[in-house]
This record gives sequence, structure tokens and C-alpha cells, in this order.
Amino acid sequence: MIPASFDYIRPVSIDEAAHVLGNAGDEAKVLAGGQSLLPLLRLRLAYPTTLVDVGRLEELRGIRDEGDHLFIGAMTTHDEVMRAGAIREHAPLLALAAATVADPAVRHRGTFGGSLAHGDPAGDLPAVARALDAQFVIRSMEGERSVGAADFFVDYLETALGPGDLLVGVRVPKLGQGWGFHYEKFRRTAQAWAIVAVAAAVRRDNGVIQEARVGLTNMGTTPVRATAVENAVRGAAVDNGGLREAANEADDGTEPPSDLHAKPDYRRHLARVLTFRALTLATPTPPPA
Amino acid sequence: MTEVGTARKRKEDGRLITGRTQWTDNLQLPGMLHVAFLRSPMAHARISRVDVSGALGRPGVIAAFSGQDFAAEQGSLPCAWPVTEDIVIPDHPPMAFEEVRYVGEAVACVIATDRYKAADALEAIEIDYEPLEPVLDMEEALTDASPKVHAAGNKSFTWKFAQGDIDAAFADAPVVIDRTYIQQRLIPTAMEPRAVVAQTDGDMFTLHSATQIPHVLRVMLAVVTGIPEHKLRVIAPDVGGGFGSKLQVTAEEVLALLIARRLGKPVKWTESRSEGNLTVHHGRDQIQHIQLAATQDGVIKGLKVDLLADMGAYLMLVTPGIPLLGAFMYNGIYKMDALDFTCTGVFTTKMPTDAYRGAGRPEATYAIERAMDELAVEIGIDPLEARRRNWIRHEEFPYTTIAGLTYDSGNYEAATDKALALFGYDKLRVEQADRRERNDAVQLGIGISTYTEMCGLAPSRVLGSLRYGAGGWEHAQVRLLPTGKAEVITGTSPHGQGHETAWSQIAADALGVPFEDVTVIHGDTMTAPKGMDTYGSRSLVVGGVAVRKASERLVDKARQLAAHMMECSPDDLDFANGAFTVKGTETAKTIQEVAFAGFASHNLPDGAEYDLDASATIDPENFSYPHGTHLCAVEVDTETGFVKIRSYVAVDDVGHVINPLIVEGQVHGGIAQGIAQALYEEAVYDAEGNLLTTTMADYLLPSAADLPDFVTDRTETPATSNPLGVKGVGEAGTIASTPAVVNAIVDALRPRGVRDVQMPCTPERVWRALQ
Repeated sequence: MIPASFDYIRPVSIDEAAHVLGNAGDEAKVLAGGQSLLPLLRLRLAYPTTLVDVGRLEELRGIRDEGDHLFIGAMTTHDEVMRAGAIREHAPLLALAAATVADPAVRHRGTFGGSLAHGDPAGDLPAVARALDAQFVIRSMEGERSVGAADFFVDYLETALGPGDLLVGVRVPKLGQGWGFHYEKFRRTAQAWAIVAVAAAVRRDNGVIQEARVGLTNMGTTPVRATAVENAVRGAAVDNGGLREAANEADDGTEPPSDLHAKPDYRRHLARVLTFRALTLATPTPPPA
Repeated sequence: MTEVGTARKRKEDGRLITGRTQWTDNLQLPGMLHVAFLRSPMAHARISRVDVSGALGRPGVIAAFSGQDFAAEQGSLPCAWPVTEDIVIPDHPPMAFEEVRYVGEAVACVIATDRYKAADALEAIEIDYEPLEPVLDMEEALTDASPKVHAAGNKSFTWKFAQGDIDAAFADAPVVIDRTYIQQRLIPTAMEPRAVVAQTDGDMFTLHSATQIPHVLRVMLAVVTGIPEHKLRVIAPDVGGGFGSKLQVTAEEVLALLIARRLGKPVKWTESRSEGNLTVHHGRDQIQHIQLAATQDGVIKGLKVDLLADMGAYLMLVTPGIPLLGAFMYNGIYKMDALDFTCTGVFTTKMPTDAYRGAGRPEATYAIERAMDELAVEIGIDPLEARRRNWIRHEEFPYTTIAGLTYDSGNYEAATDKALALFGYDKLRVEQADRRERNDAVQLGIGISTYTEMCGLAPSRVLGSLRYGAGGWEHAQVRLLPTGKAEVITGTSPHGQGHETAWSQIAADALGVPFEDVTVIHGDTMTAPKGMDTYGSRSLVVGGVAVRKASERLVDKARQLAAHMMECSPDDLDFANGAFTVKGTETAKTIQEVAFAGFASHNLPDGAEYDLDASATIDPENFSYPHGTHLCAVEVDTETGFVKIRSYVAVDDVGHVINPLIVEGQVHGGIAQGIAQALYEEAVYDAEGNLLTTTMADYLLPSAADLPDFVTDRTETPATSNPLGVKGVGEAGTIASTPAVVNAIVDALRPRGVRDVQMPCTPERVWRALQ
């Protein structure tokens, strides 16, 4: 990698990191696992003046059960997310999505918070964060604030994080009983970005869908909620074609990108097919009578 | 037990896998400087102004040059294969100074104390371009209205080859298959990027390069730069893959030498992956129009092929010859009465194309194997049956094909029978019928590829008749050292093939010494001065045979000395297991004893010299014709277009096998690379001529996770054209696998009206074919 030159700072506490970022100006970037930032540096698509390496901030690492939600530290790796018992128990959708990120080497370096802070709608975790209504905990010299997922993702590679902000972690509400989950990712090769992916959480009772959360990956400049699907599927009987009908609303209101791997019309089609599959696979099977 | 045939683990792998080796980029020389190239962002433009002065003031910068600075001395990058008398070979300056003709062409450079500073300073160079129209489409390029890549026009050559009476073959032919196939442009992706280190010591120059061809490179660089050949040493240290992309004389190699000469300092250049995608020569990129005439029974009468081949902006080392290597292969394993081949080489404002694994033969094999499936459909028979009705039967070998090649040996029936048994062909056809019946969202397809290829390049006289600039011989020297160890010096230049292991096995058997007692020396024109290098699946069938012959000559010399030592006639000695034994006695001398006796020279025959070295130069009498049957089953998700390879069976016949592990590795890698063309890889230029696939996120390569477990097996029909009975294996898998995969996809979708999917068969393309 032959990046342009930059200053490098490695703070040892969140306070110090917030202080450094607050004084580093607009062109400072936080370096977490490097999953997204290093390619940008390599291609000289980013010219940060200062890299603030938060790799030594143990405070940012790990998963805590905080009652009605989990707190996931920003520096928790994808590999830790996909293996953590608390996540498998209370937010398995995160584990399912994290397990599809790139390859094992990347999952051991790349971080949960880094992926979200990068704000790439093709990333796997943003759509899950939207589906689960995650809360983003942000520190700056001004103090701590919390931003909901709906407001966190602003535009392509743009989030609510401003210069001087550090993503500390994410609160993920526990969904409780009766939910099933699936992350349906469509990609050309195992390590590739999703062309389209669908994160689905479904609560079923008495053969009827009571509630669903659907997040779409790579169907716009930000991760989006398929609210039309969520509305259409509520009350649908599991086995009478209601899921497919609801899934046909998946591209409603989306503005999917066009690139070498897919044109928008194909992405819209995929969103519908994959949403049906995700809903079907997420819907819990009733316990045997 | 012999070494040959043993599945030896490769002796070079320890150092390669652990990185304890000498890659070009690892080389550190005192005072070494680093070069970075500024590359054209325009596909086609006149250069009206270059000002490198801004770079000179940047930290660490020693020098900066524009193309004008080299104009008087840089010469023209060579094309060694002028395929016709009237071929247009434009000047190809290593650094452009008047006009740029593809995005990525070098236009200036910075030399700095480290690589980072060199790259930073590129940003301070100012260049003004006057844009010219890009030329991106081959068919449009040949129209009068097209802008011109070169003043002489966009056509480089038209090469024709005709055998038999093609008009008679097509006259009243009841069946004519007429198809056009696109061989997309590919980017060779070796694990090791290209790298060059040039140094000078007085009037002596040494160039380290990640190249496949140190020997050819030395000759060519001497011609281009004017550095006398005897003052130029070229070293290919361990090289991490090439696939043809390092069979080249590159601008960067020439310029590194010129810069070192000008500055009197060693300089290094290593490309980045994106720089490589732009400027490693590309592969394939042909439009193939194929017409096949047959009887109502599916017996082929004749074949017409009309090719457009994209040369890119310039002709590089063997650019125009690549489609010719396919010309003789369009008939594949089939008999026919007539063949008519025409190829036109076209200039476009893209990176030049050149050899890429298979080089012309994958394209030809793809076209004929796709057309054979169409023939079967047309007359309503199983695609295997269509092949059986036309292929050369095993009892007909040696067989001279319509293309004029004499296939020395082969047994297509045996390979196919074995493949069918491993594949479970009939059972899969039953499942396919069932899925069709049920209108299952996931359809099953079966693809067949019964291929052969011509490799082991090549008989020098044939190369000469095709106007290729060099010969096809290979050289080996074998030296017996005083302690009985052996050194094999080879002119082949391995870059992943495992020659150190295979040559050791051949020499160990011939010399009767342990495998471990052989060292193979290669890739340095000073220590291995004679060679033709490694490409075209030639190394074993030419270079390996040379090792065997040199070893035998060495044993003959040792026999003379052994006879003298044991006071008998050389004819009275048996040689086995490394010992000369007087026939009918227990009196013996080991080759190690003979080696030391020679070194001591206390008791040589009168007038004899200590001479336990031997050389051999082999010029092959024929090409090598590996063949095989590859069968592929795919599952196509008709809702998404996703293609999953469910099973893949390859039965290859590469003649006698020196090392089964190496053969297996070549077959696996080859199949993967062919599948990659079928499903994943494509270099894409936009309407302005910008390459869009500059990273691995855009230029997709499969990994192990995307590929099935390959089931591989062999039949072993020895080649009769060389004493080892071996055939080339380096390209066979790549040649065979691409049509097997695409035939399977089309087979899956044919009931839904699909008869072709353009490569790479991406999910989107498959889905659109279904709409």
C-alpha cells in the first residue's frame, strides 16, 4: 500500500481519542480495523491528514447485556459478533449477517463499529442495524449523544458522525420471544460485496405474521427499511401466498444503484425474490402440537 | 522404485510458502532509488505539454522524466511475431511522448529515495492533453468513419488459412450451425505483481524482473536499448505466477534500464494491483464467427471461422500470433473435410492483448465445443453422441488433422468413458428431466468438453514457417560434482510450475542419484545461459526431455571413466541404481565414486579430460497433444440467475506423468481459471475508454469457496513424439473447462428458449437471458 502521507496518533483512552479528534480538524479519520479505510488510502481516494488509531482502546471492545438491550463496543470484531453467546441469544440477526462479511481474515480485523461508521449501503451490518432500530452512541469533546439508526445513515458513505465524533458503540434492543431471523445475501463470489441483501426479523403467532422488520442492503444510498413489506406482511397467513405478495413490495421507494454487477431493474427484481426467501426462512416454525 | 511417477512434494515450496525467498521486490541494493510512473488518464490524446519540474522540488525526489527525455534512446517495444508480410506494426515507445493510446500508458516518471515519495511527487507533474476520439469497438474500428488509433489505420493484419474444399463442404450441407461468440477481455492476475530492479556497474547491467522469459528478455532488451547482449544479465528470481502475462518485454523493464543508465544508480519499480490491472497485457478479446457444416447424421463436413482479434493499442511481444495458435485447433478432436480460417487483428485504444493461459487455444476450443452442442441439438441427439460420430478413433492415431497437424497419440473413447462413470452422467440426465418436468426454479444443466490442444511450443521449423521470431528448442546441462551430487541447469524459467522438483526426479532416475542430491539452477542468464524459457506448456515436453538427454550423456561419460577404473570395456558395464557393474560379476563402482575419481583425476585414460558435465538441446519434432473429457453439472437458479457448479469431473490424458501432485495442481488451477472466464472475469472499459475493473472488487476472481470439489482422474496414452512419453499440462485445464461450464448453463436453460449466454455468465446476464 502506497498511501499519501499522514500523521498517526494512537490514543489510549476514549477521552483522549475524543480530544484528539476534536482538535485534529476536518481531515482526520478514525482507523479501526482498516477493512474499508485501508483500501481508500491504497487507492488514494482518501487523503486524511491524521489517522487516529483506536485499536488500543479496550473500552471500545466487547459486548454487554444491559437489560432490555445489548451494548456492542465499536471495536468488537465481526468474528466476535458472530460468535458471541449474548448476540446469538438476543440479536441473532447480527451474528448471521456478520458471518457473511468478506472472509475470515477480514472478519478477524474488521470491526462492527467501523463497518457502521463507514456508512456503506453495500455493507452487511447497516441494513441489520436499521432493521433492529439500533441506537448509535457517539462521543465527542462536547460529550456523549445517541442517534437512532434511521437518522444515523445520511447518504452514501455519510453518517451522523461529524469531524470530532467517535462511535463508541451501538445499543441493540432485544426483540423478545417469538421472533425468527434470516440474512439473505446475494453476491457473485463468497468474498464479494452484496449485490442485494435482505435482513429479516419475523414474529409469528398462530400461523399468522404478527410483525416483521426488513432491512435492505445496497438498494439505495443508505441502508433502507422495506416498510411497505413490513406493512403488507402484518397479519399475513404464513402458507397462503401472503409472504410472496408482501415481498413484491420490497423495492417500493428504493433507488438502487447501477454498477458492473447489476443494473437497477435487476436489483429491484432481486430485492423482491430475496425478500420472499428471507421472510420465509426467518418465519419461525411453530412448536409441534 | 523410480522417482518419475512419484508424488513428491515440491522441494521449492518450503521457501515459497514461508516467504524465505528472493522475490524481485525483496531486493535491497545500496543506494537504490524507486521509480513511480505517471500514467495516462486518457484513452486517446495528443500530449501537448509535459512539465515535470514541479516534482523535482518534492521531498526525496532525485529526478523526473517525461517521454521526450527518453525519445532518442528508448526505441520501440518489440513485436517478435509479424504474422503476415504486410502486417502493420506501429512504433511502441516505452514512454509515450507524442500521443497516448490507452488509459494507463506511461507518460512520465519520478525517481525518489522511497516509493512513497515517488508516488506523492507524481501529483506535481503537469500534462496537457488534446483529447482524440477513443476507438473501443472492433467492428466499428474497421469502418471508414472510425477515428484511427494509428495513422496507418485500425487494421493490423488479416491472416488466412484454408485446407480442403470449403465450398464443397458447405454446398447443399443439410445442417449449418452459424454462431457468434464473444471471448471477453481478461486480465491476467498473478499473485506476485510485476517488479523490476535495474542496476549498472560500469558498463555491465543487471536486470532483476518478475518475468517468465529471462533469456528472451535479454536478447530483446539488448536490441531495444543498445546495451550489448554480453553486458546485460537478466535474472528472474523466484517468480509468483505469470499465466502468460510475464511472457513480455515491458515498458517498465526498458525504462528501468534507461533510468539506471542515466542516473548510475540501482532503481526499483513494483506495480500496485490497480496499476497491474491497467497495464499488464490483457488476454482473449475476440469476436468469433463460426460456421459448421454437417450431414443430417451430424457428421461434420467443414468449418469456417472468421475472427476479429483485439490487439489493443500496440503489438507487443507475440500479440498478433495469439489467434494463430488457435487457428489449428478449431477442428478440435474432430475429423472433417475442410477448414477455412480468417483472422483480422484490430487496433483499439485499450491495453494491448497478448498471451494468457492457453493463448488462442481456449478460444478455439470454446467455439468448437459450444458449436458441437448446437449441432447435437439441431439434429436431436445427445451431445456426447455428436462428438462420438466425429472424433478421431483411437485406432486411427497417428492422425493428420484437417489443420495439418499430426496428433501422435490419444484415446478419446477411454477418457470419455472414464469421465462418464465418475460423473454419473445418466443419473444426472434423469434428474434434469425431473426438474424440467416439475418446472423447478432450480434447473440442472450438463456441459461437456472433449478437448485437445497443441502445446509444447514448439518445433523451430514450424515456428519459422509461421513467421515467429525465435525457435522452440530448450537446453539443459547436468553437472556431476565431486561428492556425487548433481546440478541441473535448465533454460526453462519456472514461476510456479515446480521444475526444481520434476527436473530433479528426471535427473535422479537417469543418474541413479537420490532426489535430494539434485539441485536445479534456473532463471539467470549468467548461471543458466541458454534457454527459451517457460510458456505454452513447453517446459516438460521440451526442457524436461533435455534434462533427460543431458543426464544420459553424462552417464555415458561416467561409463567411460568407470570402465577405465575397473579395467573393462564400457560395453561390459551395466548401469542401474546409480552403480556401474561389470556384467556377470559383483565388481562395481557407484556414480559417486566415479564422480570423485574424475575430480581427483589421478587415473584418467590417456588423453582424457576431467569432464563430467553434459548438455543437450532439444528441438521438439512435434507439438504435444494432451486431451481429455471434462464434464460439468450446474444448478441455475432461474429466479436470480445464479449459477452454482454442482459437480465437475475432469479426466485428462497428459501421457506419462512425472509427478502426479504437480499434474493435479496444474489441472486444479487450470480448471479454476477456465471457470473464472466462464463465470466471473471481465475487463470492462467505459465509453470513454476508462478501465472500470481496476480492483478485485470490480474484477472478480473466484476463490476456493466458490468452486466445487473437482473430481480428477487420468488416462495415460504416452506421447510418441518424445522419449519421456509426456504431454504438456500447464494450460489443459483452462482450455477444457470454460466451454464445459457454459455448455452446462445453456443446457439447463435451453427448454426456456436460451441458446447462448455471453461470458462471463453473471447472474444478471443469465437472468436477462431468461426474460
